[in-house]
Amino acid sequence: MELHTKHFGKIEVEQEKIITFPDGIPGFEEEKEFTIIQNPDENLPFHWLQAINEGDLAFVIINPFIFRPDYDFKISEGVLTKLKIESKEQISIWTIVRVPEKVEDMTANLSAPIVINNEEKLGKQVALENSPYGKRHEVINELRESQNAEKAPSKEAPKGGV
Amino acid sequence: MLILTRKLDESIMLGNDIEVKVLGIEDGKVKIGIDAPRDVDIFRKEIYMEIQEENKEAAVEQKDLSSLKDLFKK
Repeated sequence: MELHTKHFGKIEVEQEKIITFPDGIPGFEEEKEFTIIQNPDENLPFHWLQAINEGDLAFVIINPFIFRPDYDFKISEGVLTKLKIESKEQISIWTIVRVPEKVEDMTANLSAPIVINNEEKLGKQVALENSPYGKRHEVINELRESQNAEKAPSKEAPKGGV
Repeated sequence: MLILTRKLDESIMLGNDIEVKVLGIEDGKVKIGIDAPRDVDIFRKEIYMEIQEENKEAAVEQKDLSSLKDLFKK
């Protein structure tokens, strides 16, 4: 289907790329369908969660394990049931990034990750009760560290280019 | 809003499969027990409201992320 977005212009979204959020996203409960738009720049870990029926609505998202490899939370029975999750291989985890005027101050909401069952195309933003992680977790320093760590070994053993 | 008065150990049923029970009352705090099917989300309201607010802020006027590229330039 064709989608008119504020940030990406007119884009084509295949039916199988549409993820249903049965409860919407808190604050946007009426939006039940989203798609993930991958960043065209492979060097950037930021992607977008774009609403299907509201072209203006998109969130910047990031895989939290990139900058917090130790990120850890338990998915409740209720969420497992709702998203029909049977194994961890089915799922991907994202966190919403808030990008303020000063981009360096961006934060990720680690206390409310987004869980997506890639096979069933079902998603939900999960509220972690008693989470040790903040809703405004600063990202940039940890991200830079992780990017540098990644770059270092590749210099010694460059991979074949594409 | 429906208002009901309950004593200690008394319950309220929401539909036929959700029970909300008063387990304790002291120091201005009420301890509540909830029995509900697994797929019912239960959380303190302020937590949900925090996520709502955070999402609304995150969704406001997304920037052109080309500025993010510069963050990783050496």
